[in-house]
Amino acid sequence: MFKQREVTKRIGFKLTAAVGLMTLLTIGVFAYFNIRSHNDSLLAEVERHASQLSDAVRSATEYDMLHNQREVVHESIKRMGRQPSIQRIRVMNKAGRVIYSSEAAEIGQMVDKNGESCYKCHSAGRPLERLEMTDRTRVFRLRSGGPRALAIINPIYNQQSCWTAACHAHSRSQTVLGVLDVTLTLAEVDKDIRRGETEMAVFALVAALSLSVIVAFFVRRWVDKPVEELLAATRHVAGGDLNYMIAEKRDDELGMLARSFNNMTQKLSDARLQLFQSDKMASLGRLAAGVAHEINNPLTGVLTYSSFLLKRTQNQPEIQEDLKVIVRETIRSREIVKSLLDFARQSVPKKTEVDMNQVVARALVVIENELGLKNVKVEKKLDPKAPKATADANQLQQVVINLVVNAADAMAPKGGTVTITTSALNLSPVGTTQIKNAVCPKRHSLIDNEVRIDGKPSVRLKARSEGNEGFVYLNPMYGMDGHHPGISYDVEKGVQFVCPECSTSLLVEGRSCPKCRAPLYAFEVPSKGFVEGCARKECSWQRWEAVDATGQREFVELSVRDTGCGIPKDLRAKIFEPFYSTKGQKGTGLGLSVLWGIVDNHNGTISVDSEVGVGTTFTVRIPSKA
Amino acid sequence: MRKERDILVVDDEPVVTQAVERICTAEGLTVDSAYRGGAGLALLDERVYRLVVCDIMMAEVDGFAFLAEAAKKGVRTPIIMTTGYSTVENAVRSLSCGAIDFIAKPFTADELLGVVRRGLKYDEIMRETVPPAAARHAPACLAYVPCPAKYDRLGYVSWTVMEERGTALLGVSDLFLKTIGGPARIKLLDVDDEVFQGQTCASIGSSDGAEHPVMCPISGRVVAANSDAVADPAIVEKDPYFAGWLYRVLPTDPAADLPHLTSCSSDRM
Repeated sequence: MFKQREVTKRIGFKLTAAVGLMTLLTIGVFAYFNIRSHNDSLLAEVERHASQLSDAVRSATEYDMLHNQREVVHESIKRMGRQPSIQRIRVMNKAGRVIYSSEAAEIGQMVDKNGESCYKCHSAGRPLERLEMTDRTRVFRLRSGGPRALAIINPIYNQQSCWTAACHAHSRSQTVLGVLDVTLTLAEVDKDIRRGETEMAVFALVAALSLSVIVAFFVRRWVDKPVEELLAATRHVAGGDLNYMIAEKRDDELGMLARSFNNMTQKLSDARLQLFQSDKMASLGRLAAGVAHEINNPLTGVLTYSSFLLKRTQNQPEIQEDLKVIVRETIRSREIVKSLLDFARQSVPKKTEVDMNQVVARALVVIENELGLKNVKVEKKLDPKAPKATADANQLQQVVINLVVNAADAMAPKGGTVTITTSALNLSPVGTTQIKNAVCPKRHSLIDNEVRIDGKPSVRLKARSEGNEGFVYLNPMYGMDGHHPGISYDVEKGVQFVCPECSTSLLVEGRSCPKCRAPLYAFEVPSKGFVEGCARKECSWQRWEAVDATGQREFVELSVRDTGCGIPKDLRAKIFEPFYSTKGQKGTGLGLSVLWGIVDNHNGTISVDSEVGVGTTFTVRIPSKA
Repeated sequence: MRKERDILVVDDEPVVTQAVERICTAEGLTVDSAYRGGAGLALLDERVYRLVVCDIMMAEVDGFAFLAEAAKKGVRTPIIMTTGYSTVENAVRSLSCGAIDFIAKPFTADELLGVVRRGLKYDEIMRETVPPAAARHAPACLAYVPCPAKYDRLGYVSWTVMEERGTALLGVSDLFLKTIGGPARIKLLDVDDEVFQGQTCASIGSSDGAEHPVMCPISGRVVAANSDAVADPAIVEKDPYFAGWLYRVLPTDPAADLPHLTSCSSDRM
């Protein structure tokens, strides 16, 4: 649509047309002067030839004229006039009468002295006696439409022999006796010139056309295509596909433009995500404020009246017990609403250098009593050399308290041991870096927000094997074991990995997994290089060179292990979602999602490992330098 | 002569005004209610009150507008703010705008009575100490607190002063101590605990058995708590601005906290 309608407005067309026109103009100007000088030299040649011919005719007839043999002169001129290149030969006397002519009909006629052939000498009134060569010749057409002709006049000067001749035809005082006028046809010369002109025109056209074609080819290749790609990309991005990336395969300015476009899109995508997140938090905040306001008013009624009643009925113990329950539970509701408000106001953490061991110690002081009541023993394995983290101490304390209380609840009612471990951790990026963006060679996003692995959007590929096809979901944490195939396949019997949208193959040709020799798949993480991985379900080999190159990072790791009931596998992904609770009416369901938010705010990770009936371990890793 | 009543409660929730009426009436106080800020202001013109309890989130005239209007009218009745959307920001803003106290909803009867008693006592003290002539010209937004120059205060409750080492000292005002009738017990947080502006940082028990929360004037980490004050609360009553300090804190963001405080130097002008 766009392409067809506006061809004349495209850069390629304009450039090509400009080059074509310039070529045409240059060759045209060159050809014009070239043809002109060629014509001039041709004409000069003809002139020289005519002059020689004219002299020859004069010499040939001189003798006969002196001897007044008119018939011989007539015959000689007639014969000479039959030459194909000679149009006519005539001799005029001083009065302008034609005395001899190769065309018999002309003899005896008068020529007009002001006529074109006489003008040169007679224009000044008194006839000139001597003429330059160029003035003696003239080019004209005998009849309109006919071939051109070149005429040369040759004055016949008075000589001694003329007035001493027997016929005494001329007196001694005369200077010019008459004029010999030889006319040559220029038909051949004109043909020559026309051929030259035609050749030049054809050459100019062919040169302009071929240059245009060559320019069009390179413009198409170097300008049009990349510009079209850029245009397509802007349309994709404008349409909301912020994962769309242009292949960065060129080193010129358009390549740089493509790179900076990708960079911009990436930044835009990040900003949109942040905006979306903060928008979500803002609306949650408004919701929480509304809920808090609406609920707190009726709660005020309940709490004031019940506590007032409690004060007034101090001598009625049977009512007192019931009222105390109402007051206690209303106060608990108040705390829940307060935690909702706290969640909504989860702001940017105030980060300082925090010693995780101190955080643990302080958190335990807060919940000491509660743990005692629940018959929970705490075993601390704190590493004094654990690095300090740049973090919000209060938020981390909230994380520890929540994890320990959850652990205690998981072991209720019989109690057990909670083991809290802190340790220093130097981690390669493997397992600590999340693949947040992934695209196929045709730029379709492979991220699936619906299917989450440990709460994170997975990378979705399509697998084809033995005529079956289905989706394979990869763990987005780099290097983590994680094929979650929607179909079963056997790599030994051949498997194809393709983009779910465009079916472009994602398998790497010619190389195989260094661990198990199975085929490799690869996809691009825009502006962060390629991730390669093993197609075998049981093999977790992955390589992400761009990230490997950044080297190891220091973390402080906190793990809280309980000997409780464990979490079934299918629930593990859900536990970090808001309002998911296993505690029924006891919990508010905000706990783990709040922890998730805090840890994520610190660029850390939180993960869970659990075995039903054996226990659960929550592991939090916070980078030592944020 | 305008009719004198004890308490005016302004809240758009009837259940709240009724509860306040019920509890305060049982204590022998006279209570009027208004369901709109405008109606409350009209009542302030008609009658003289000893104390106002006002909600923040109301349609039309909200709590802050009510505070500003009352100040414009030259009303000297102490005002206590309350809201269901009880954020630290709301509490601090209330105090910096001239309210004498803040109570978060929902509250118990004892919590309400604690605030009301302190408020009435405050009114009593102000009537005794400030001559009526001066009172007419004094803006209601400024409570008269004789704290030392260079000190900053949060409402009339607590004070803070920056020390040379970058730490800040904080404590309670003598006016607050007077409203609770002298401290009998003091409960403080531990060293290394965090305190936040507008949140409760200490609890002072009065001789009648009630507990009075102290709103913290500045956010920071506690580097020292005055154990002498805990051991002998009389020190605080005798010398609340020097020997009777409560905490020495390392402030987290004094630049953000100080604008919410009132400079004690300005009280002297």
